[in-house]
This record gives sequence, C-alpha cells and structure tokens, in this order.
Amino acid sequence: MRRIDVFHLLAVVSTLLVVGFILLPLVEMIRQPTAADLKNSLADADVRRAIRLSITTSGGAALIAFVFGTPFAYLLARRDFPGKRFVESVVDLPIMIPHPVIGIAILSLAGREHWIGRMAAELGIRVMGSVTGIVIVLTFVGLPFYINTVKNGFEAVPVRLENVSRSLGAGAFATFFRVTFPLAWRSIVVGMILCTARAVSEFGAVVIVAYHPMIAPVMIYERFTAYGLRYSQPVAVWLIFVCLVLFLMLRWLNPGRRRV
Amino acid sequence: MIQVEDLVIRLPGFTLGAVSFQVAAGEFFTLLGPTGAGKTLILEAIAGMVPVHAGRIRIGGRDVTRLPPEQRRIGIVYQDQALFPHLSVRENIRFGLRYRSRSADSETNIGRLIERLGLTRLVHRGVVNLSGGERQRVALARALAVAPDILLLDEPLSALDPNFREEIRDLLKKLHQDSGLTVLMVTHDFAEAHFLAARAAVLGSGRIEQMGSMADVFHHPASPAVAAFVGMKNIFPARFDRDRAAVGSVTLCLGRPVADTASHVAVRPEDIHLHGEAAGRADGAVNGFSGQVGRIDHQGVFCEVRVRCQGLVWQTLLPTGRVLAEGIVEGARVWLRVDAEKIHVMCADAGAGGSPGAGSRG
Repeated sequence: MRRIDVFHLLAVVSTLLVVGFILLPLVEMIRQPTAADLKNSLADADVRRAIRLSITTSGGAALIAFVFGTPFAYLLARRDFPGKRFVESVVDLPIMIPHPVIGIAILSLAGREHWIGRMAAELGIRVMGSVTGIVIVLTFVGLPFYINTVKNGFEAVPVRLENVSRSLGAGAFATFFRVTFPLAWRSIVVGMILCTARAVSEFGAVVIVAYHPMIAPVMIYERFTAYGLRYSQPVAVWLIFVCLVLFLMLRWLNPGRRRV
Repeated sequence: MIQVEDLVIRLPGFTLGAVSFQVAAGEFFTLLGPTGAGKTLILEAIAGMVPVHAGRIRIGGRDVTRLPPEQRRIGIVYQDQALFPHLSVRENIRFGLRYRSRSADSETNIGRLIERLGLTRLVHRGVVNLSGGERQRVALARALAVAPDILLLDEPLSALDPNFREEIRDLLKKLHQDSGLTVLMVTHDFAEAHFLAARAAVLGSGRIEQMGSMADVFHHPASPAVAAFVGMKNIFPARFDRDRAAVGSVTLCLGRPVADTASHVAVRPEDIHLHGEAAGRADGAVNGFSGQVGRIDHQGVFCEVRVRCQGLVWQTLLPTGRVLAEGIVEGARVWLRVDAEKIHVMCADAGAGGSPGAGSRG
C-alpha cells in the first residue's frame, strides 16, 4: 500500500481551504440575489450613475497615472541616482497607509487652512465632495500599482536595444516611441488595468473626501447601512462584474514569460 | 579615423584611463583584454553611451566627445546582436535610414548590402527565430545600412556557435577588405583578433598595457599581463645578470644581454621541448633540465603537460599522439629544454610604452 505523504496532503488541504475561502463568499453573494433583483437594481438610475462614476473616475485615475507615471517609471527603470531607493519607497507608501488616513491627508491639503487649498478654491477647483476629489484619491491609491508594473516592463527591455537605436540616428524620443514603447506597451496596459482595479475597489479614502457624488462602493455601503444586506447585494454583484472584466483583461494581456 | 585622447571614465568601483589610441582611416583595429578590463566601456564611450569624465574622442577629425550617439555617425554590432524583436529583418535593417540624408543610390546600396550578407531570402522573416549567424548578419546589415563613418564591434563572434563563428569572421574580413571601412573591434579572443585586425591595444585593469601590430603583441608582449593574454603560460619573475636569468634555483641562458629593467621571463607552452631523460642529458644542449611529469590535461588533438623541475612548474603543449607514443605519463622522468631565443624577457610595469607612436600610422 502506498504511504500517505503527510506534507503533500497538507498542501492539498490548505489549497482547497484557501480557494474555498476566497470563492465561497463571492459565489454566495452572486447566488443570493434573484435575476429580478439584479435587473431592478440596474434599472435604478442611481445605481447606474454610481457604477458609471466608479468606472470613469478609476479610468481617469489610470489615465493620469499613464501620463505622469510613464516618464517617471522610465527614469526609475533606466537611471541610478542618489536617493533612488527613497523615491521608490515613497512610491510604495500609498499601499501601506490606511485608507481613511489617505482621505484625511488629502483633505488637510485641500482645506481652506492650506495655501494649496485656497489656491485651488480661487481657481474654482473643489476637492471635498466632488468628482475632482474622487479622482485625486483614486490616483493616489492607484499610482504605485501603475508605476511598479511599468517600471518592471521598461526594465525588461534591454538597454542595448535603445543604444543601437540611438547609434542608428534615432534621438531619445524616437527611440522611446520606436523601440521601448512597442516592447513595453503590454506592461503599460497591465499597469493601467491594475491601477483601475485598485481604484474601483477604494472605499475608505473616498468616503472621507466625497460621500457624494456617490461611487459604487459608497453606494453599497449606504444601501447596506440604510436598508440591509438584500439591498446592497445586487449593486455589489454589478461591481464584481466590472472587476471581473478588468481581471479577465489582465489575464489576457499579462506579459508573463514572453520573449523580448 | 578614430582618435581617443586621454580618455577617462569613472564608474562606481572602476576607473578607466587615461587611455589614448588612434585608429587610422580604413584600419581594422582591435581592443584586446580579459573580461572586466574596460574594453566595452571604451567602445560605448566612442558610441556616446557612457559619460566621459575627461579626454577627447574624434571621429574622422570631428570632435564628438559631447555629442549624443545619434549624431556620431557610427555603426555598432553587439555580441548579442540586440536586434529589435518587434520588427522584421527588413525593418531592422532599414531602422536608421530615415535619419540619414538619402541619395538616389541609397536604395540600391541597401539592396546590394542585403544581397552581400545573404539576407535576401530572410527579409520578411521575424528576427526571433533566426540562427545565431543569421542574426549577426542582420545586425551587421543594420549597422552598415546607415553608411556609418566607423564600425564598432563588441565581441561580435563570442556568442556564436563555432561553425557560425568562422562564417561571420570570414565575412567581417571580406567586408573590411572590400569597403575600406574603419573598424574598431573589442574582443577577449586573441586568435580572432589576430585573424581580423592589423593592430591592437591590449588593455589590463583600465589602462593600455601594450599597443602595436598583432605580430608585435603576439611575439613581443611588453608585460607579464600581456604575455599571459597572448598565451604564454610560463611566466616567472627572474633576476637578471647580463645574458642569464635566475628563476628560483634554475639559471636560463638567454643568448643575449638584456636591459636592467627586465623583471620577468616568459615561454610559450608550445616552445618547450620534452625528451626522454637519458637522451636529453646526453645531448647536453643549454637550458635543459631534468623534471618529473605532473598533471596531464587532454584537450583533444593536444595535451597540456605540466613538468616540475627544481621547484618550477612548466606548462607544455604536446600533440596527443606524441604523448601516447613516447609514454609520457604522470610521474615519469623527462628532459625539458627551452631554446634561448624562445625565452621572452619583459618588465612588470611596461604600461603603454610598448611601441610609442604606433598609433599614428596612416
């Protein structure tokens, strides 16, 4: 008789436990609302608005990360400079800070007590309770995911390819757009998806900066506290659906072990 | 023409220079040296890819020291080819064309180049699945397509399979002969350099140890480091007295007086004769010593045989057939002899003094 490998058995059991632990609540939540519930909640203009706002603000955060994060990530991937490790730690900070703290930190800058807040107010920019505020918060929490992913993507492009391109007469910009970008665009898209996914799931920081206009997680929270589980579930299912789409895009694009 | 004057490059943990040399127009020059000597660094400095701390670099008389790489009109071919993986063979080769002023015959030139390098049937392929030799030919075509003033080669043969290596080596030689291009090659392989280049500079730990013709470097290494690099495996510190050198308790006759500054003797392993002890002793020639065979390393056609004589270990190289026929085995007694004219004499800190002015030819 074959001896039972205790270690192997433990590994299998823990695998089943972990997968079950993740899937069970999600499946249960999706299973409980009826199709009519789901349809009704989607017919609700407030729900649609909240989900749309979630998607657009998160996408906006990803776009901002793309515009400002790409050159920064390139710099981190290609150059060594004094204080680089410090800068890299700063990039990671938003991952570590508790979410409500992020909200409070941003408000302390945006308020009338701070000159930046006053300047913004004079320019007509309102952070508290506005879409602008939401996008700022989501960019804050999403940036590290974008920058780290894209930095790794740039690092995977050999410097020698850029050197050869330069030697052939292409300047720094032409080299970036003809060599580096075509080889790293997957990482850039993956970075944007990760940034969006992180932003869609943010609640704690947003609820402090902008309870209204309402993004989907805040709406789920409100429905739960005001009406209970049954009313929050359908909205939650739709939000999960959004995340699932992002997740599938990510799986499909993931650079994995492709050749460079 | 390439002129490098007092080039100094400082990196964390490594300083190169000051290094000076010239490559004449149309010359095939090689920078030789072991890994880590700074050869590739010099190449990349000429290409404009590493910051230069001090010194000047001129290409065709034009001072390019502060120019970005794209304005230097160079071609570079790396050991790993560095082909653009997202582009086809054709797109790789034509990558730089849009940055050069196009004359009417440049299209025909490209076509001729592709044909010459045997790439006609490959132009529409991707570059990822090409063989090593094909990849190297594409890299060459890409560099030459922009009609550079100089061609820089970074270990162009090192990463290739032996059969491709010969093919590319012959191709490089022919390309250089036919085009009259100025070529600077970096390599750690002396045989490659000997085949391709007319002149060389040998680098050791960030400075030029010797500069001169290939034959000069090969036959008259200026320092123990260069001697070791060109394959003289028996390098011993010695005390000199006119035409004699004392190495430990062994005295070698040099057959000529040597300079006071001499500090080392060196002998190639293939220049050492081994005989049966009795026959050798009876012969009575100078520089003959009794010894005992140590380790024998078989290398196919040749065997590396170590012989211990009076505390010195000599490395010799013998045809494997002879080793077997004459019963040379570990522990056997043998007679070791070195011809006086095969004993090279050098001083430890030759620096760049090998052949001053050798760079200003042409």
